[in-house]
Amino acid sequence: MKKNDIILIGVLLTVALAAVAGISLYLSRSTKQPEAVVYLDGEEQSRYPLGQEQAIQISAGNGGYNILEIKDGKADITEASCPDKICVNQRPAEHQGESLVCLPNKVVVEIENGGESEVDGSTN
Amino acid sequence: MAKKAAYMGMLTALAFVFSYIESLIPISIGIPGVKLGLANLVVIVALYTIGAKEAFTLSAIRIFLAGFTFGSPASMAYSLAGGMLSLLVMVSMKKSKLFSATGVSVLGGVSHNIGQILIAMLVVENAKLLYYLPALILSGTIAGIAVGILASILTKRLENLISSQ
Repeated sequence: MKKNDIILIGVLLTVALAAVAGISLYLSRSTKQPEAVVYLDGEEQSRYPLGQEQAIQISAGNGGYNILEIKDGKADITEASCPDKICVNQRPAEHQGESLVCLPNKVVVEIENGGESEVDGSTN
Repeated sequence: MAKKAAYMGMLTALAFVFSYIESLIPISIGIPGVKLGLANLVVIVALYTIGAKEAFTLSAIRIFLAGFTFGSPASMAYSLAGGMLSLLVMVSMKKSKLFSATGVSVLGGVSHNIGQILIAMLVVENAKLLYYLPALILSGTIAGIAVGILASILTKRLENLISSQ
């Protein structure tokens, strides 16, 4: 190895380690507790932290309702007045950007400020 | 000429086998793209024992072979982006004579990861993938050191072998 090699390796390792430290610091500061945000007809109604177990009745404008249950850090609609029950059958949401949707009642529950969704990747 | 063809064939086969072996080793630390770069070892040996053009040919053939046999079109695109960028950097760094094989290999590993992440960012249209970059530079540097040291040992021995015949 030449002297230049050592310098190169040293510089790369320092830069990368500093960036890793910087990013993890930034992420730990900006990551607030994830919340389930309830939208009714596109307008934000209320926010519930995922850390707190509770059941919320959402009253839709058309007289219908959805029951939102927060448990184990996940949001799940367990009961609904709508006929199709698509929202009830949806998988519980826990990651940033995931949502539960009930079209008949125009209710959307979205997770915000949560952890990022898993990224799958494979290369050869 | 015949000797060179045989040598190229052997190196290509070796690079292909190394790609396969590497696809069998799951390195799951949660960061896509982290790997040893065994196939790059063969590419560097080719670069130092025969030349840049041959190294390019070998790398491209290896990527297409690996992509069609046990990869996917997506993995082939990532490999091609990473492999070609990495070779360009390695060839120019070798010419500059600033670094030994180890330094060249480190730069190759790092630029390989940068190329892959740029393509991945284009594909998923998500700039957040940049968060992976520092970790990938780290892994590329470490893998590059190991591969570079191996490559310089191999190059010395192979040169003796070639010149003695």
